[in-house]
Amino acid sequence: MKRFLKSINVHELLRPLGQLVFFSLGSTVVLSAIALVLALILDRTVVGQTLFERLNVSLYTYTLVNLPQVAIDGLTIGFVYAAIALGYTMVYGVLEFINFAHSEIFAVGAFVGVEILIALDKFGILTGASLVMAYVYLILAIVGGMLAAGALAVAVERVAYRPLRHASRLVPLISAIGVSFLLQDVIRLVESLTTGQFNRIFPTFGNFDRRVILGKMTMGATNITLGVSYKSIIVIVSAVLMLVALNYLVNATKIGKAIRAVAQDHPTASLMGIDVNRIISLTFLVGGMLGGAAGVLYALKFTRIDAFVGFFPGLKAFTAAVLGGIGNMTGALLGGIVLGMLETFAGSYMGVFTMGAAGTEYKDIFAFSILILVLIFRPQGLMGANVAQKA
Amino acid sequence: MVPVILKNVIKRLEQGIYPHIIILIHMVLGTALVYTSPRSNLAFLVLITSFFTLYYFKADRRFKLIVGVVLTLFIFPVVGVRNIFYLEVIFQISVFAALALGLNIVVGFAGLLDLGYVAFYAVGAYLWAFFGSQQFYVLPFAPGTQPSNLPFLLPGDAFYLFMFAAIFVAALTGILLGTPVLRLRGDYLAIVTLGFGEVIRVLANNLDKPLNFTNGPQGITPIQRPTMPQSVVDGFNTLFGGVVGHEVSPADMYNVMFYLLALAVIIVIIFVTRRLDDSKIGRAWTAIREDETAAIAMGIPLVKMKLAAFAVGASFAGVMGVLLAGSRTFISPESFSFMQSIGVLSMVILGGSGSIPGVILGAATVTILNLQVLQGLSLYLSQLRQSDAVIPIINFAWANLSTQLDPAKYQRLLFGLILILMMIFRPEGLIPSQRRKRKLASDKVESGE
Repeated sequence: MKRFLKSINVHELLRPLGQLVFFSLGSTVVLSAIALVLALILDRTVVGQTLFERLNVSLYTYTLVNLPQVAIDGLTIGFVYAAIALGYTMVYGVLEFINFAHSEIFAVGAFVGVEILIALDKFGILTGASLVMAYVYLILAIVGGMLAAGALAVAVERVAYRPLRHASRLVPLISAIGVSFLLQDVIRLVESLTTGQFNRIFPTFGNFDRRVILGKMTMGATNITLGVSYKSIIVIVSAVLMLVALNYLVNATKIGKAIRAVAQDHPTASLMGIDVNRIISLTFLVGGMLGGAAGVLYALKFTRIDAFVGFFPGLKAFTAAVLGGIGNMTGALLGGIVLGMLETFAGSYMGVFTMGAAGTEYKDIFAFSILILVLIFRPQGLMGANVAQKA
Repeated sequence: MVPVILKNVIKRLEQGIYPHIIILIHMVLGTALVYTSPRSNLAFLVLITSFFTLYYFKADRRFKLIVGVVLTLFIFPVVGVRNIFYLEVIFQISVFAALALGLNIVVGFAGLLDLGYVAFYAVGAYLWAFFGSQQFYVLPFAPGTQPSNLPFLLPGDAFYLFMFAAIFVAALTGILLGTPVLRLRGDYLAIVTLGFGEVIRVLANNLDKPLNFTNGPQGITPIQRPTMPQSVVDGFNTLFGGVVGHEVSPADMYNVMFYLLALAVIIVIIFVTRRLDDSKIGRAWTAIREDETAAIAMGIPLVKMKLAAFAVGASFAGVMGVLLAGSRTFISPESFSFMQSIGVLSMVILGGSGSIPGVILGAATVTILNLQVLQGLSLYLSQLRQSDAVIPIINFAWANLSTQLDPAKYQRLLFGLILILMMIFRPEGLIPSQRRKRKLASDKVESGE
């Protein structure tokens, strides 16, 4: 036991935690400051006056009062993005290839998790479950989603990517797009054959919908209660746990060393006695499991899922991976958090700041614009240093 | 023994007078079948595959040209007018063939994977949709609140002008979009173009405020059709009235005209593509596609050449967009989704990127699969649902099958399968381009086969 404890690399356990806290706080502070400064500037203009007439509150107060909620929402979605982005970035690190089908692996994870819960609900287990059991069932769903998504990711790699490993760059990418489309319709086919429905709803049980009340604030005539829903806490905590575990796996174990070796150089890694194919499969397994878990968490947070649920989160997570520097795991964390925050801030404040001309509906464009800007001005991403162009 | 005889027979058939006879027989057979049973999908397939025989067999060039002209200019319009559904299929094939040929320049020649190609299609479509409808006067109104007696901004004649204008507008959009992103490496470029495609779609969806440019998700309607003189309808009726069997209405005639317009665009595209392929620009594209670094070393202006490919590809999509807006008289953002881009890409990949006949074959195959096979399955399934039949072994009544299961909606499955299978088993496509063929041959020699 003592030897086991000694073998744990505490530094590698704490380092990602520190990074996560730093990234979360940093992006919250920076974005809040930007929002507040903008609010101060716009307060005296027609924008502020319009809001004052409508809600009887100054733009600055409005922004300030909404900040905590926006930050928490941003953090929640940011961690989901980070978990998906890690799947992209790991595969890219090892194979230098964008696994376009990762978004559908995420969707499959979400579906398996939700279907497990719906099945439990059907037998009446969920409704009478105690609080502890509710969490056990949730964990069961997450594990189910992880296993299914991981297995699927490995199978997809084996069938659709491995035969193309030595082809030119675009060939596996096109195949991956094909897999993505195929899986979307396969999910839909299976759902319509078995349940006959297009949407699946995450069953309500446990205390996930309730909120922890942090305080009350007054804004003009209305009172606003500040709170964090249990859902958000669960999403953040489980995402943090997974990210720490992944970081430990990659940076402090023998398998992780093998993964890093394969990422650097396939032939040399193979000469060192590493089974490259096995490590690549393993990478897909780990990335797929993370994606699957993120899928279940996403379903928990947003409740309704359909066969095309993976597309936008997948694309945004890819954006996050590129933003942080693709191939770099810390970068994926940073990118996910920053993107989630940016998007939530934009979605919440853009409508007010532009007087309703451009609101939440441009949220999705926002992510793409960031992707394009990053690729133009800093193609290596925020943290990537050595992703030089390989011919 | 048997294969040898078969081989000899085939060899005989590929020489001398035989190809001419085969082509003629196929064409006449197809025409006769469609003419006698105008509702059969199979008959239509026989007719449309006569193009393949025409391409495949070696025959006199003039003979081929004449047969091609007869098929496209006489037989298809007549057959199409007799059964308007065929005309729709033929029109869609030509639209998608034009789009696929345009994308082929970007993907096949220059090797740039563009996943947002329909963005340019949308630009063309919205260009005519805005100027060829009442939308200009709707600008200050929210969707659905405009008065009904608004005038049209431009007369229908302007349509033909806009087909040319779209070339420049779409090319300009291509250059604008391409300038910042074309420095990126292949796979990044793919994702960014995907992003651009989505941006255009979201813009089309949301630009109904503060000024109502696109009418949001409801789309713009009615869009004007180009003016068509009555004499064209009369002329068609006097020429083909006997074979068609009924008086052709102007509405049907419009469909024929749009088909012919699409055909004209295709011919222009093929001409331009072939000339470009043999030019300095085409060789520069090939060089970029095969090895970017080597191309730069040879002094090829990389970004400029990539931009040229982007602009040329975009301009064709723009023209087809105008054509689509005019023929449908209705445009909504839904027609320009990511799935459409992938659909066009799968046509290029299936047929063989870089190969003109291949891409046309790909467009025809995918469109027929999409329109006839999937929809045919849907129809069959809905008939089964209404009957009392049961699935034999598992004893499941068809009537209980979920209505969510509509094969016509499973295009993604189709596109996905095409992309994966082609990439794994035949990345060069059904009809590989000449260059690919030469390369494959030399690879074979090198490996000692």
